[in-house]
Amino acid sequence: MRTITHEQLDDIAMGAAVLGTGGGGDPHIGKLLAQQALKKHGPVTMIDVTELDDEAMAAASAMMGAPTVMVEKIPRGEEVIEAFQRLQEFMGRKLDATFSAEAGGLNSTIPFVVAATLGLPLVDVDMMGRAFPELQMGTPTMYGISATPMAIADEKGNSSILNTINNTWTETFARTVTIDMGCSAMIACYPMTGKQLKETAVAGTITLNETIGRTIRESHQQHLDPIESVRGAVDGFIIWHGKVADIARRTETGFARGTATIAGVGEYAGRELLVDFQNEFLIARDSDGQVLVSTPDLITMLDAETGEPITTEALRYGFRVAVLALKCDPRWRSQAGLDLVGPAYFGYEAEYVPVENRFGNGAPNQEGSND
Amino acid sequence: MSFRIGIDVGGTNTDAVLMRGLSVIEKIKTPTTEDVTSGITTALRHVLGASGTGVSEIAGVMVGTTHFTNAVVERKRLQPTAAVRLGLPATAALPPMVDWPDDLAGTLGRHTFLCHGGYEFDGREISKFDAAEIAGVADQIAGLDISAVAVSCVFSPVNQHMEKEAAAIILDRVPGSSVTVSSEIGRIGLLERENAAILNACLRQLASDTVTAFKRAIRELGISAPLYLTQNDGTLMSAEFAEQYPVLTFASGPTNSMRGAAFLSGLKDAMVVDIGGTTSDVGALTHGFPREASVAVDIGGVRTNFRMPDVYSFGLGGGSLVKRDPLTIGPQSVGYRLTSEALVFGGETLTTSDIAVAAGIANFGDASRVSNLDSGFVASSLEHVQRMCETAVDRMKTSAEAVPVIVVGGGSVLVSRTLSGASEMVKPDHFEAANAVGAAIAQISGEVDRVYSLESRSRESALDEAKAEASAKAAEAGADPGTVQIVDVEDVPLTYLPGNATRIRVKAVGDLTLSA
Repeated sequence: MRTITHEQLDDIAMGAAVLGTGGGGDPHIGKLLAQQALKKHGPVTMIDVTELDDEAMAAASAMMGAPTVMVEKIPRGEEVIEAFQRLQEFMGRKLDATFSAEAGGLNSTIPFVVAATLGLPLVDVDMMGRAFPELQMGTPTMYGISATPMAIADEKGNSSILNTINNTWTETFARTVTIDMGCSAMIACYPMTGKQLKETAVAGTITLNETIGRTIRESHQQHLDPIESVRGAVDGFIIWHGKVADIARRTETGFARGTATIAGVGEYAGRELLVDFQNEFLIARDSDGQVLVSTPDLITMLDAETGEPITTEALRYGFRVAVLALKCDPRWRSQAGLDLVGPAYFGYEAEYVPVENRFGNGAPNQEGSND
Repeated sequence: MSFRIGIDVGGTNTDAVLMRGLSVIEKIKTPTTEDVTSGITTALRHVLGASGTGVSEIAGVMVGTTHFTNAVVERKRLQPTAAVRLGLPATAALPPMVDWPDDLAGTLGRHTFLCHGGYEFDGREISKFDAAEIAGVADQIAGLDISAVAVSCVFSPVNQHMEKEAAAIILDRVPGSSVTVSSEIGRIGLLERENAAILNACLRQLASDTVTAFKRAIRELGISAPLYLTQNDGTLMSAEFAEQYPVLTFASGPTNSMRGAAFLSGLKDAMVVDIGGTTSDVGALTHGFPREASVAVDIGGVRTNFRMPDVYSFGLGGGSLVKRDPLTIGPQSVGYRLTSEALVFGGETLTTSDIAVAAGIANFGDASRVSNLDSGFVASSLEHVQRMCETAVDRMKTSAEAVPVIVVGGGSVLVSRTLSGASEMVKPDHFEAANAVGAAIAQISGEVDRVYSLESRSRESALDEAKAEASAKAAEAGADPGTVQIVDVEDVPLTYLPGNATRIRVKAVGDLTLSA
């Protein structure tokens, strides 16, 4: 158990955007929202998941919708509280804690608003260990945990309760309601007992966010190489250095998809890396089409100069970036996990190969060019 | 053929050029004065006197100035300002100026008002506009004796109606007020656009005073030609427009240098290195315009989303201090005291200019005062300067291929041989006055940045509409319609939405219509 003050939120939001793999929203608004709540209501108590009673009941708090809308239609502030309270009312019981649905600039900080305002502990977990675009893409889904009952609320005071037969239906209904609500809504979902949360969630994500954010900040202060510092903090692999030579965006199946072409510099000069995204970066290939890294492993882009993460929406022609790959939570590598978030789900034929098999020490081919 | 005068008012020097058509006739560099205008008068007198050009032949005076940026950075000459935002019940969690530095927010007074209104991304209303509510807020503002007001509204880039209606009510009820509406200044991103509007509002009085003084300065010399100010995207605005939108002058200095470099060299796609007295700027030219930065730009501690050139600044200039053991160059500089403190000018400080004279690549001051410098040291110092420039150019390059590099600015004598990574290095005629030339040749632009619903129309028709509107805006602002072209198109589908909403940004520019 430890106390999180508003100063630590800078680090948490920054680090979350690294694990957000290009998605999960701009960290600036999320951080400001949480900081305002903490200034008003005081610091938040964050507990390790092992400190939560098995019988306790907790639910995730999150923003659902388009981060682009969120930067324009800023929340009223109470809607995420309202969603949480509507869920409590429907369940007929008090919820004892809240937690983060995903690691991302917005959704790692939004639960702090609920925890601070309602005086609840925040559990140091999330349900992805990264960001994914759809609601059913949480580790609890693999254990048969239902995302519902779920509450969704807007800034006008509208709210709705969803009950669905599976988590894919939750996504379908919630997406429709979110669009009607102006494409930015607040949700409370995945109610779980302490016992379930211990078994199904990804432990320690908020602390990891904070560590990554602090690493970036301190590497500036101490004039260290921020890219190498971040890589060390997450035990990841630098797979590319380059400049964004092209960014082709298109709308397909309701999501912002696209491909970023990164022209190599330094030891990567003369070659290109192609990174596809659907809100989050999904797959990185070389110009011959060979896959270097794919979902569910994490692909994240860092500003080559500052080490700060770049979201897919902010990515522009000419940016100088380092591409960092990280191992995902091992459960995503099971068949159930790959069915939910593997390359095939996103329409890629490539077979998933763990990133460390291509880039780890003793990997048969460090460039992934012989498989 | 008509003449035009370009003036760049920097922190240290005021540069001016007289141009006839596409030729530079006369140029001068003179110290920037405390009141700004007397430096301009000096520069104008010089270029007119030296060329013997009659004032009636001047078709336009174009000024680039850092005056308004400096006012914000120094927190001086700013007016108390009220910020009115339409969007309730949304947005209440983060009121206006929530992330401003306390000293700047305090200077303006933190007078913020949240009202009903605002739009959804698709144009639906978040809540009804309430004229009585705005009237009440206007009366409170009048009661506070505040006349500078900024109005923002959720998704006003999609629909400006509510912002304009609120502005009309405030203008009507607050005596002597000036109102800035956010949709005329910034892009999508409420806090950043609102910040820009508030900064603009607090600068309006200073802008009015400054522009009036500029006008008086040119009228006193008998010049009846119109006065223009340059914007940070390399285009012009009329003096009257600049009085209303002073924030648009932010960062126009580097833009003018890069545009001037493009013009003087004839290159449209190149890297530009502008070496001044204390710092150097490196940026990339695409189609003759500076590449824009896409990250949030911080001005005096306030986050904005202005159109800004993507420029990397580093501490190298003609006045940079050179130290031995180990060899270091800059970032300290003697700045405008170069002509008294450098060795070649009789001073006691070893500067990069002394190195250039000792190496025989520059010829000014008293070369005998540096003849005793060790030639190995001089050579390694020059090598160091080359490497600083090469590193900076490499940072800003977007392709591994060698690209042309244009070197301009008063300090460009320091670079004597082609930089590595450059396909060619060009030091054009009048390189030291590239910034003033950039001001003189600035163009007129029009821009559209809006979210379009593609539910019942094609992307192409939305793009066409945006292009037509941007072109019309440019023409309306004074561009010769025959020269207007679209220079930038960008569309970003909104995430997590079915295929019906996309954000389109289009910029059109054209040559200024000059009647003379």
